[in-house]
Amino acid sequence: MSLTFLLLAVAALCALSFYFGRQRAVALSGGRYSNLHSLPAHYGTYTAMWCGIPALLLLLVWYMFQGSIIEAMIVSDLPAEITGDSGRLSLALNSISLIAAGNGEHLSVDPEVVEAGQRLANLQTIANAALVVVMLSTAMIGLALSYRKIAKEMRARNNVERIARYAMIACSGIAILSTVGIVFSLLFEALHFFSKINPIEFLFGLEWSPQTAIRADQVASEGAFGAIPLFVGTLLITLIAMFVAVPVGLFSAIYMGEYASSKFRAFAKPALEILAGVPTVVYGFFAALTVAPFLRDNGAVLGLDVSSESALAAGLVMGVMIIPFVSSLSDDVMSQVPKSLRDGSYGLGATKSETIRHVILPAALPGVVGAVLLAVSRAIGETMIVVMAAGLAANMTVNPLQAVTTVTVQIVTLLVGDQEFDSAKTLSAFALGLVLFLVTLGLNVFALKVVQKYREKYD
Amino acid sequence: MAVVTQSAMTAEPSVTSPKMTARDLNLFYSDNQALFDVNLDIVERQVTALIGPSGCGKSTFLRCMNRMNDTIDGVTINGKVTLDDRDIYDKAIDVVQLRARIGMVFQKPNPFPKSIYDNVAYGPRIHGLVNSRDELDEIVMTSLERAGLLKEVKDRLPEPATGLSGGQQQRLCIARAVAVSPEVILMDEPCSALDPIATAKVEELIDELRSNYTIVIVTHSMQQAARVSQRTAFFHLGKLVEVGETDQIFTNPKDERTKGYITGRFG
Repeated sequence: MSLTFLLLAVAALCALSFYFGRQRAVALSGGRYSNLHSLPAHYGTYTAMWCGIPALLLLLVWYMFQGSIIEAMIVSDLPAEITGDSGRLSLALNSISLIAAGNGEHLSVDPEVVEAGQRLANLQTIANAALVVVMLSTAMIGLALSYRKIAKEMRARNNVERIARYAMIACSGIAILSTVGIVFSLLFEALHFFSKINPIEFLFGLEWSPQTAIRADQVASEGAFGAIPLFVGTLLITLIAMFVAVPVGLFSAIYMGEYASSKFRAFAKPALEILAGVPTVVYGFFAALTVAPFLRDNGAVLGLDVSSESALAAGLVMGVMIIPFVSSLSDDVMSQVPKSLRDGSYGLGATKSETIRHVILPAALPGVVGAVLLAVSRAIGETMIVVMAAGLAANMTVNPLQAVTTVTVQIVTLLVGDQEFDSAKTLSAFALGLVLFLVTLGLNVFALKVVQKYREKYD
Repeated sequence: MAVVTQSAMTAEPSVTSPKMTARDLNLFYSDNQALFDVNLDIVERQVTALIGPSGCGKSTFLRCMNRMNDTIDGVTINGKVTLDDRDIYDKAIDVVQLRARIGMVFQKPNPFPKSIYDNVAYGPRIHGLVNSRDELDEIVMTSLERAGLLKEVKDRLPEPATGLSGGQQQRLCIARAVAVSPEVILMDEPCSALDPIATAKVEELIDELRSNYTIVIVTHSMQQAARVSQRTAFFHLGKLVEVGETDQIFTNPKDERTKGYITGRFG
């Protein structure tokens, strides 16, 4: 019986138990639901939960351990000369699982291994059958026990709500645990990198050139892992993007929220939000194919030497990408400024712009600052536009007309293609990722702090 | 000046040289008519109370008097409202200057998220009423004094106004309105969010302000109208039913609807 079929069977059992539980509650109520502690549907849900949840948990635990238990059983039967050598053992286990899956005809292996493969196939069949039996009976037992517990006075509603609460806790746990998991995977690889390269050199070095020899006989440079040029490039592009996004976003939000007629707003707001829906790749080739050549040609007219991949092109386009982010967040916070404050200001004879400058913006400031900081962390983490438009050369420069490179671009180039995961070159991507993560995390925490501080002051 | 009245009930002798008047005022929210031919005179340096059941148009009428309804979409107004015999809906009137002459205090205390000092200084600053910091200090102090708040806040002027209690906040809003030296102060249920003690203080304040300002107050509390006002106007379903001396309205109303409302039979 396949897993899908098993799950369907459990689902069907759950539906049945909902029906039975509800029926029993209705029967107990004697026709008047108010005789029951909870609504009939609560009793149904209660039985269905007791039928389904233990069975599913069992399935989870079963799959967690089935593989390793069966493997241990197989290994214990293999001759010592195979199990003694870890390389041979893993090779043998591979062949065994191939044979068990029925793909082992062309393998030339020891008879013990062939035998073990057949044994594995047998064990797996047995295990699967056992799982079906155990799971279905767990579901049935859950159903029977909870069905018997149904009584007029039983607090099914409270029980159901408690279980629902546990389910929510589990969901938030999954979200948090996966974040922690990501951080740890970054952390371990980064530590691996730092065991090869001195962290001080990485954080404060002024030269970035990660090309190292892959084979011993290759002629290549030593490799230099100073990340400062990357951070300078990232900062430069972020700064340019913010110079575009903050004023344009903020002023368009003010216009939309305070001045525009509702007719214009109905058209313009969605139009602005379309910007947010453009894939970053599209922005990327817009930057590389339209904006960068435009800047280069016009720079030439003005006598400026603009590189065809420049920080300016990438930064400008990234700024455009972030405009809707800034404007819709600031619009939200400004529209939350209570009408009573506006009325108070108008009532004193203030004009619209005085009201905006002296009352609405100060009151909305924490939210606007938060929006800008979130936009900054978005800009720092943005990859596609800079990959396509900013270039790869790790120039240590603050001249926006030259090509620069960013942390994210380097991570992409380091990990694209076939890589071995024990060279400093590849591992440096994880160190960069870790630093990037810490920077954006710091920014977000800072943004929240700013927002909280001002909120205390203004509420 | 002949008062054009819609029915005999409102035929109350027009007062001599009123501060503000409304003549045949009609107001529409899109297609709904909210005010019907309202004719009312506001006497200088008196408190005029506007009473009536919820939705009767008294707040709407109040907001016509300093053109606050301009900020709402879809409002059309016809008729005439004058201040010192000049039509305030005239195109030549600058609404900014008009609102500096006619101040407003709202239902819910709405101090700006600024310091106590800056709240009071807001109006004088935007209207350029002062040339020096000393003059500004002077205005802030007098206004707070007039609003009866100075004693309570004089040591905490730089603190945020939002930290004051509800009653103090409302008196701060009154000080803020007074700081622009208006001629008329409109109050839209200024005590509805306050406890009885704070209410008593604000009422006392209104009584004192009467010597310098013309006051129009919307209130749901008939006791309050009786306590603070000299004239009372009763609104019902968008119409001005009756207006007269407060004593007369409360002891000897001419209209059956007024009588019904003040004796608590409806509303």
